Amino acid sequence: MDQKPIPPHVSPDGEDLRLPPGSALDREATRRTRRSFIGLGLAGLGGVLGWRYLLNRPQIEGVPAPFRQVLNANGRLTQAYLRETRLAPEFAKSQGVAKVRTNGSAGLTSALDPAAWRMVVQPYGGGKAQEFTLADIQALPRVEMTTELKCIEGWSIVVNWAGARFSDFLAKYPLASRSGQPVKDIANPPADLAPYVGITTPDEKYYVGLDMPTVLHPQTLLCYEINGQPLSLAHGAPLRLVTPLKYGIKHLKRIGTIAFADTKPADYWAEQGYDWYASH
Amino acid sequence: MKKLVEKHPLAIRWFHWVNFPVLMLMIWSGLWIYWANDAYRIGWGNTTLYKFFPQSFYQFVHLDHKLAQGMAWHFVLMWVFFINGLLYVGYTFLSGEWRYLLPNRHSFREAIEVTLHDLGLRKAAPLVQKYNGAQRIAYTAVLLMGVGSLLTGLAIYKPTQFGWLTSLLGGYGAARVEHFVLTIGYVLFFVVHVAQVGRAGWNNFRSMVAGFEIEDVPTGGAAGPVLAQREPNKRG
Repeated sequence: MDQKPIPPHVSPDGEDLRLPPGSALDREATRRTRRSFIGLGLAGLGGVLGWRYLLNRPQIEGVPAPFRQVLNANGRLTQAYLRETRLAPEFAKSQGVAKVRTNGSAGLTSALDPAAWRMVVQPYGGGKAQEFTLADIQALPRVEMTTELKCIEGWSIVVNWAGARFSDFLAKYPLASRSGQPVKDIANPPADLAPYVGITTPDEKYYVGLDMPTVLHPQTLLCYEINGQPLSLAHGAPLRLVTPLKYGIKHLKRIGTIAFADTKPADYWAEQGYDWYASH
Repeated sequence: MKKLVEKHPLAIRWFHWVNFPVLMLMIWSGLWIYWANDAYRIGWGNTTLYKFFPQSFYQFVHLDHKLAQGMAWHFVLMWVFFINGLLYVGYTFLSGEWRYLLPNRHSFREAIEVTLHDLGLRKAAPLVQKYNGAQRIAYTAVLLMGVGSLLTGLAIYKPTQFGWLTSLLGGYGAARVEHFVLTIGYVLFFVVHVAQVGRAGWNNFRSMVAGFEIEDVPTGGAAGPVLAQREPNKRG
């Protein structure tokens, strides 16, 4: 196998491809070659400069503005495709893992007194914040489900959860609409329902924003059990959020305060450049 | 007699040269994403032949701790990759270029001949045509890989909303592996492609930029240089 380099004017079959110097054909080939390579060079330069320009635009939530706009458009596109009736696949309870991985402890580092813990909800219509004990949440219908938790890092585990539907909470406690009406039917909620919900940990060090369709989704739980056991501290005792249409970053542990909002509430990871919707 | 023969239409050249940097940036941002859960290796049991990727590799090219940035780039550029690919497929079908690109019943045998020739195991050079059997198979395969990347990508991007697709591909974990393997495939394609372009020489490379190739066509008639159009029925 001899691998002599082929000179530019010779074809792989050894044909001499030199054109008669100065001929019309030679001039034509030179002109087209020059024009095309200059064109490719300029296009390449334009591409590099354009890409750098996009990267150097002012940032919105940790991402250059044009990128953020596309990501938000992606989010809206999937929101449009999302239906409240679409459910995350459920698994048999036996498929749930026994040892559920924990990831991240932001918002969990301060001391917790389980007896003194309350979930504080600020009504959308204004007025005094209301407090709920774990027993209040446990008094709502208990829902058990086994779903796949997907981490934005790229791993996933199947987990058996139990808790109360967020929508059942809002059906019993009319806090999410301005006029103080409860959500009796998730397919037909009150017209003056808040569009967004913000949830923070008691120390306000971790916080997520959710849109109302996600909150009313039948698989969005105020969760108090994993594998039939009360939550451990690392898993967000006494009450955490589970919303299997979203990545794990939205599954806030140790719920402190819930507030309703007209605009997208602050979101811990969205501020660091991740997709605010974080739907999957 | 020498001729300038039109080889690659302008549209195909654009699609090719747009795809190159976009695919590079997709792979690069994909590595930033993969880093966050770099679970893959070649090996069995406790034996690891190769880990994707060694720590030194991440550090050498600063691939670590860029998950959010990687996702931002990946989910913007996916549109460019998708639209460019769609236009390419649409163009090849409308223009009839697909006739040169899709493998035919001779392609498999030709591909073996080309491979043996290129490895120096076979003297006779394969029949000169726009794309030989090996190229037809390679370029069609890489197009199907592109479709595969879009589908497996969609399955891991929105595994719940496209749950039917994700389960069709074997689940979330499996789809992620498939997406990764396809990317390794592009890298291998790229290595072979660049090596073959290097072997084929300047005349061939220039045709992907300037569109034409110089050919020495034996003639019985008119002498002197002419500009010629490739005749599809003769070269198909």
